Amino acid sequence: MIDAQTAFLAAFIIPAIGAVLIALTGKSPNLRETVTLITAIILFADILIVFHGYLAGDVSEIIVLEIIPSIPIAFEIEPLGMIFATLASGLWILNSIYSIGYMRGNNEENQTRFYVCFAIAIGSTVAIAFAANMFTLFVFYEVLTLSTYPLVAHKETEEARRGARVYFGILISTSIGFLLVAVVWTWIVSGTLDFELRGILSGKIDEPLLPLLLALYMFGIGKAALMPFHRWLPNAMVAPTPVSALLHAVAVVKAGVFTVLKVTVYIFGVDFLSTTGASQWLMWLAAFTILASSLIAMTKDNLKARLAYSTISQLSYITLGAALATSMGIIGGALHIVMHAFGKITLFMCAGAIYVAHHKTEISDMKGLGRVMPWTFGAFLVGALSIIGLPPLGGAWSKFALMIAAADTGQLVMMGVLMVSSVLNVAYLLPIVFRGFFQPLPEGGGATSLNDGKLHEAPLFCIIPPVLTAFGCLLLFIYADPIRIFIALMLE
Amino acid sequence: MLDFVTEHLPALQVVVPLIAAPVILLYQKEAFAWGWALLTTWTTFALSGLLVHEVFSQEFISYDLGGWAPPLGIEYRVDAANALVIAIVAGIAALVTTYARKSIQAEVQGRNQPFFYVLLLLCVSGLIGVAITGDAFNLFVFLEISSLSTYTMVALGGRRDRRAYTAAIRYLITGTIGATFYVIGVGLLYMVTGTLNMADLAVSIAGMDNNTTVQAAFAFIVIGLGLKVAIFPLHLWLPNAYTYAPSVVTIFLAATSTKVAVYALMRFLFTVFGIRFDFELDSLAFLFLPLAIMGMFIPSIVAAFQVDVKRLLAYSSVAQIGYMLLGISLATSASLTATSIHLFNHALMKAALFMALGAVMLRLKSTIIDDLAGIGKTMPWTTAGFALGGLSLIGVPLTVGFVSKWLLIQASFASQQPWLAGLIVVSSLIAVVYVWRVVEVAYFSPVPEGRVRQEAPLSMLIPMWVLVAANIYFGIDTDITIRLASLAAEALLGGAP
Repeated sequence: MIDAQTAFLAAFIIPAIGAVLIALTGKSPNLRETVTLITAIILFADILIVFHGYLAGDVSEIIVLEIIPSIPIAFEIEPLGMIFATLASGLWILNSIYSIGYMRGNNEENQTRFYVCFAIAIGSTVAIAFAANMFTLFVFYEVLTLSTYPLVAHKETEEARRGARVYFGILISTSIGFLLVAVVWTWIVSGTLDFELRGILSGKIDEPLLPLLLALYMFGIGKAALMPFHRWLPNAMVAPTPVSALLHAVAVVKAGVFTVLKVTVYIFGVDFLSTTGASQWLMWLAAFTILASSLIAMTKDNLKARLAYSTISQLSYITLGAALATSMGIIGGALHIVMHAFGKITLFMCAGAIYVAHHKTEISDMKGLGRVMPWTFGAFLVGALSIIGLPPLGGAWSKFALMIAAADTGQLVMMGVLMVSSVLNVAYLLPIVFRGFFQPLPEGGGATSLNDGKLHEAPLFCIIPPVLTAFGCLLLFIYADPIRIFIALMLE
Repeated sequence: MLDFVTEHLPALQVVVPLIAAPVILLYQKEAFAWGWALLTTWTTFALSGLLVHEVFSQEFISYDLGGWAPPLGIEYRVDAANALVIAIVAGIAALVTTYARKSIQAEVQGRNQPFFYVLLLLCVSGLIGVAITGDAFNLFVFLEISSLSTYTMVALGGRRDRRAYTAAIRYLITGTIGATFYVIGVGLLYMVTGTLNMADLAVSIAGMDNNTTVQAAFAFIVIGLGLKVAIFPLHLWLPNAYTYAPSVVTIFLAATSTKVAVYALMRFLFTVFGIRFDFELDSLAFLFLPLAIMGMFIPSIVAAFQVDVKRLLAYSSVAQIGYMLLGISLATSASLTATSIHLFNHALMKAALFMALGAVMLRLKSTIIDDLAGIGKTMPWTTAGFALGGLSLIGVPLTVGFVSKWLLIQASFASQQPWLAGLIVVSSLIAVVYVWRVVEVAYFSPVPEGRVRQEAPLSMLIPMWVLVAANIYFGIDTDITIRLASLAAEALLGGAP
């Protein structure tokens, strides 16, 4: 058993070595995919060792080097980052299994590039999770953008290139145009970029300027998809579904809202924000994003597009939690990172499974498919219910916590927004399932004859992962409390 | 022997390439010329390494040429500011020569090939001379040595595209006007002070803030050097010269010649005239700053619409000069540190990018953007080099471009001008547009029918990747570069050289 400190260091090295090995074994697909899986498993095991060590208090900060004088690249663990890293690396295993089924099932090209970029993306997500200061976080935030660009442009069609251009354009412009300026500004006024519990800005900046700095941060973190900088996410859906599932439902977008929470808690400080009221506008904008994107989701017939708008809406739950500037809001937001991750990855994997098995992407074409793909649609139903926030699924707890936070701060309107949003979730997610189970298959419809009485499920590699994550949604309902208690440590 | 070298280090720095150049004329064979130039440039590079080493241990080195003491004799004076520039010139020269052979064989007429190496060595000698000298008139002499050889090198591109001749003539005319303005300015200063030594000039000028002759000299010198720097809107010679010159010449010029001119400009602004000079403070705030901002935007936007990638990068160079000028116009120690480090960093990125383009030119005989379709598959290493260089140009973290940009933004905040930080980031977003146009075509467009994989030769790939690696290495380990750049800023601001 290696000690926790070594494991902590290894967490950054394993994905890098994995990426190199995947590139080297590109000629032999079986070997390459074995390397991917093994890397994912080792990384997860390693993160668990780190987790264990962190609970025992044996892990200390790693300082790598200083790029800019007195601002080091450094890594340190706090509860939220620990949860995020565990989540991303754990789901990577399931997603890798799923990727193998999906990529092979569709005979995709350039698979080596795909797996290499995937490993780099996960590596940078882990680095973001453990960043000890805003500078380190910013650096790996950009690496994440760069490494996911080839994944979005993967198909190399004109459509894919256009989508990738919007993706890259918005993410890089917001991060360089706003986030970089915000980071330098913070550095100039406070003389540090370290994440500290009560924030580093209190008393160091003119209060009238505070909302402006907050705006630079919030719009700069384009990955959180706050309107009006949300368009990259629907555009990213041209990517193969495993990318949408892990990166654009978990790693990339969650890196965005994770950064939002980190900035709120450790740069501004919750108390400082609530006493100055600098985040009021953000609360309203988040509420607007929640409702507007839910409404847009209802108009989308393409399944992945609908899920993408649903993601935009759900991400703003977390931003809303941050903007409420209370500890309950932060905890609710942090919980929602986990809960939404499991729910949404399930939905995306199911969407991909439907595509692999029947090459259908439009919801209106999915009538009766639930009868031939019971496992897929069953998992989809569970994921959808968790997103809606119904017990006994994990999503119920995070919505509950956010509701309490809204009530605590007297923001009754926000409670209303959350309730209306749940109704909208029902309206755009459940019809998909009902259409699948209760409407008859179209006569002679579809390229394959589906009415032969047999099941036409996707390959096993594409079914087991979503079923497992759906089961995860259920477990999260039962074990939500330990996670809540652990996350609450980040505020103490 | 070693004592001799250390003692005469500053002189050797200039003399070695100067004397080596005519040797090639004695035996005009291409292979010999290349080998000899290779030996010379690497020797010069080694000498510059020693020089940088010396400057770290002592504040400055003063060397009296021919044993004549200043202010009568010519003094060579090396501090961190020019040691940095000399290292850039010598280092790039060595890598460019290593890279040059295949490209020159393909692009320059056979009998002219040996002459190219003669000109290159003369140009190296001239540029290092401009950087090293502490004498205002001597600077003019070296400026002319480097410029004359540059005009000829640009004209060597005429075999590939006859527009190179017009570009060279245009450059010749503009450059000569610049040199003339400079020498008129120096003449006026001599009239007032009776000295040509920069250190001496600085002392004499100190009290003469309102002397109109000094003000006129300031105007002539700034405009004269401004033409060499290609400050917007004095840049009109640059895009054509860079586009039609042979690829190797473009690499060398883009990485060195404007950098040396920026150095000379800084030397005059901050050391000779000094910022206590009111007239200068006004011109920095009301002339340099607006020009810097216009320079950051207008050429960037023009670059975004180019179809020839070489020309695109040429406009991008003009835009990058805008950043350096911005640092100059803020005139603080932090902002000059940013400008100095950007001299170095920009040399690394542009050299890497133009080297990649030179390799493309060798294989595809074109640098038009649509012809680059699919080179990500046919020339993977070259394309990857270009992409990384492009990321550095944009200023993505873990590359040198990011370090420059960070320091410049930090300097703007420190000068209480946060709006400048906004302008810097917006203009670098335009860089995203023009770099990404190329990257996208290279990687995500289908390979044209019948084109097979043909990577550039190793003799080109290795220097290119040394520079690409330097772009990343110095973007991560910034200890040496930031230390040297801040020493350079101190040296520039802290009185006479």
